[in-house]
Amino acid sequence: MTKKDNLIELEKVVIKFSGDSGDGMQLTGTLFSDTSALLGNDLATFPDYPAEIRAPQGTVGGVSGFQVHFGHSKVNTPGDYADVLVAMNPAALKASSKWTRRGGTIIIDSDSLTEKNLQKAGYLTNDPIEEDKLGDFNIIQAPISTLTRETLKDTGLDAKSIIRSKNMFALGMVFWMFDRPMDHSFEFFEKKFKKNPVIVEANKMVLKAGYNYAETIEALTPSFRVNPAPIPPGRYRTLSGNVSTAWGLIAAAEKANLPLFLGSYPITPATEILQELSGRKDLGVKVFQAEDEIAGICTAIGASFAGRLAATSTSGPGLALKAEAMGLAVITELPLVIVNVQRGGPSTGLPTKTEQADLMQALYGRNGESPVAIVAASSPSNCFDYAFEASRLALEYMTPVILLTDGYLANGSEPFRIPKMAELPTIHPRFADPSNQDYQPYARDEKTLAREWAVPGTPGQEHRIGGLEKMNITGTVSYVPENHQVMVDIREKKIQGMQDSIPELSVAGEQEGDALFIGWGSTMGHLASATHELLNRGYKVGHAHFNYINPLPKNVAEVFGRYKKLIVCELNMGQFADYLRIKHQDFKYHQINKVQGLPFTVQELVDKFEQIVEGN
Amino acid sequence: MDIKTIQYTPKDFKSDQEVRWCPGCGDHAVLNAIQRAMAELSIPKEKFAVISGIGCSSRFPYYMNTYGFHGIHGRAGAIASGVKVANPELCVWQITGDGDAMAIGGNHFIHEIRRNIDLNVILFNNEIYGLTKGQYSPTSKEGSKTKTSPFGTVEPPFKPGMLVLGAMGKFFARTIDNNIKVTVEVMKEAAKFRGTSVVEVLQNCVIYNDQVFAEISDKQHKLDRQLVVEHGKKMIFGTNNDKGIVQDGLGLKVVTIGQDGYTEDDILVHNAHDPNPYIHMMLVNMQLPEFPVVFGVIRAVQEEHTYDAKVEHQIASVQSKSVIKNMDDLMNSGDTWEVK
Repeated sequence: MTKKDNLIELEKVVIKFSGDSGDGMQLTGTLFSDTSALLGNDLATFPDYPAEIRAPQGTVGGVSGFQVHFGHSKVNTPGDYADVLVAMNPAALKASSKWTRRGGTIIIDSDSLTEKNLQKAGYLTNDPIEEDKLGDFNIIQAPISTLTRETLKDTGLDAKSIIRSKNMFALGMVFWMFDRPMDHSFEFFEKKFKKNPVIVEANKMVLKAGYNYAETIEALTPSFRVNPAPIPPGRYRTLSGNVSTAWGLIAAAEKANLPLFLGSYPITPATEILQELSGRKDLGVKVFQAEDEIAGICTAIGASFAGRLAATSTSGPGLALKAEAMGLAVITELPLVIVNVQRGGPSTGLPTKTEQADLMQALYGRNGESPVAIVAASSPSNCFDYAFEASRLALEYMTPVILLTDGYLANGSEPFRIPKMAELPTIHPRFADPSNQDYQPYARDEKTLAREWAVPGTPGQEHRIGGLEKMNITGTVSYVPENHQVMVDIREKKIQGMQDSIPELSVAGEQEGDALFIGWGSTMGHLASATHELLNRGYKVGHAHFNYINPLPKNVAEVFGRYKKLIVCELNMGQFADYLRIKHQDFKYHQINKVQGLPFTVQELVDKFEQIVEGN
Repeated sequence: MDIKTIQYTPKDFKSDQEVRWCPGCGDHAVLNAIQRAMAELSIPKEKFAVISGIGCSSRFPYYMNTYGFHGIHGRAGAIASGVKVANPELCVWQITGDGDAMAIGGNHFIHEIRRNIDLNVILFNNEIYGLTKGQYSPTSKEGSKTKTSPFGTVEPPFKPGMLVLGAMGKFFARTIDNNIKVTVEVMKEAAKFRGTSVVEVLQNCVIYNDQVFAEISDKQHKLDRQLVVEHGKKMIFGTNNDKGIVQDGLGLKVVTIGQDGYTEDDILVHNAHDPNPYIHMMLVNMQLPEFPVVFGVIRAVQEEHTYDAKVEHQIASVQSKSVIKNMDDLMNSGDTWEVK
């Protein structure tokens, strides 16, 4: 094969694979991003799929998309707009063309442009290109279905199986366009379908056919190359936020020298944490798939009482159900990690879409004065770090800790630099000395205020704890008014005291100036890109991103004081801004908010920033 | 510790906390019986964990000098499940009531039984809500007049034993607070049984439901109204030890030995080990006046492995085959690449 002459080198590219929810777009996108990661590109991905398992075929509601942003330089987000859209049917075109950069390339399966399909997708005419005003896009109409059928006609496969592999034809075309090798995909087929060599061969054939077809029609499009990104040296792998969270918990258990116990109940978009840990029996992880959310957390509390690193994973509706039990963990002062993968609410809301609207629920959603520590991850790969950190705080301070992630982080993936376990800090659970025969359940460490953890099975340390208020030190039931005040104060002071053990808030960009972008959790990548863009435009802007919500870092007021305007950006109606108004009342906070089940786009952050900073 | 050398008395299991149940409450007797049973079990004291939910009986752990956890309403079963699965070495007791286990915690109750986790579930059934001062419970007899049913309840009650059987329970026993001998015996049997053992204790609430079991426990008639079953023994009862249970078509009936041609040979032998729950169900359902109320171990079908043991076995089996021994192995497995 002759190497392409008109190879264009690009800095970054965004590709969106879009099709019916049965078209295999998630797999197609994953194969593309894994291949790119193996080539050394930095990348970020964003799967976007309907809540229904098989939504009505051919409709806009049933469109499943997978966006991947890969680059030769640092990639912060999955990208606002796609440079290349692969649309497997008219509905995908309808749903995704507005998220494609003007002038970008759209590959569409021309076989799918039938009158019936166009109608189902909501087109009024038989010319979707004209109707959606896509004239200035580079449109490639490829007969993907026909060519797939043609390629596999002699394999003996039935028509249904044949047409199911058309996604690989599209992937082959994109592989050619971006000069990607096919060997990773071949290996994947061999592993995945190892019991069915015909399917392995068919997928390979279709992938190659797509690749060759793209080469044949080369005149229609230039091909591109995205060179490896200069990312820090080390060993890498791609990891989704949910797997990263699960691994962070196991890593913490290993560094605390404790077995890990997860009590959980399946809920979108948190289920993958439960699934991943269920498969980790090799590392001794015990997973209890409970009968409901409440049993999920209560079994974890039981395991914590029994001396294990215990966790429960859920999403917003499940967090609501766990509220009473979280209070039990607060008053019994047992270590517990509660992972809340946020999704659109209220109620069932938008189960597969992302949002940051559980912040107030995490902070205050329990009866009584019930403080818990809260940390928030801000990228798929640092879900690992903050799951580890949540476990450390829980074990060293003897308290429940909530880890907030969200659907965007959970399903997104990016290269993960594999740490060496020896480099991670050792976690020191506050166990009672087993030889102490005068064990007092609520005797405290002077510095951290953590009580001592005596594990059932230890002779001479038999004790009772529970949901009734306890006498300080002795842990007997106490209704003494003054003691209740003492205990409420201690529980709050213990959480705030973590300020001594967490890093200070740092700022990217200008260290003082016109305005500070303030964000928390998953908006980090978009805010970093927007900050970068605004710095290029000459603004004196900084970006402070919070991973510690409760307690807040010590130096917040000092940082905020260095800027003329503070702009709090979040995917809710202003919950973190309101929290800052309570905690740091001396400042005025501007807000950029969005509640559409989608991440910010960099463009909208830049535009709104300019409005706020230019307006007086 | 050498198990044979352990010598406990019930006093070793009493905590320093003052017992605060109402004078005359049936709970006192059950507490004493369980402390006696534990003392006789030869299990090191530190291996006991007593877990409860909410309700009068759920104060139980505070009075035990063992590891104890007083949970939240209805969740004792879930918390106890977590304790046992996390550490199968422990002897875990769940203390619960008819509100805690049959109403708010019904879901956890049926699922712990279905899973067959090795727990001893002691269900204090007084057919009333005591701690909230006298509302009807899911086991209150239909028509019961209580604070929330001043004109009588219009809902039929649960029979806890039926729920246990319906959830594919392997062990069910029943006792009554004022029969210490049977109570101690069934507690020991429950503890020795591997799997979820449910013991229903008919327990009198002197304040809000006094005498609810009087017909059964009345000294004058109790021998005629109580049948204490024992595996392998004939189901004979009565003041004169002359009444017995015989099969009657697809049902059971009470006969008098020596009357209507019945001899002792006709009396059914109790088979607690029968996996078929059919007769156990009829024993659970027997009620006055047609039948005596059945006490003792009604069902005890030992399975080879409990849930908690199966979890351990699965982990051991996967670990023996897996090349992934730690997080470094896991993180470096599969597709990775080096950036220089």
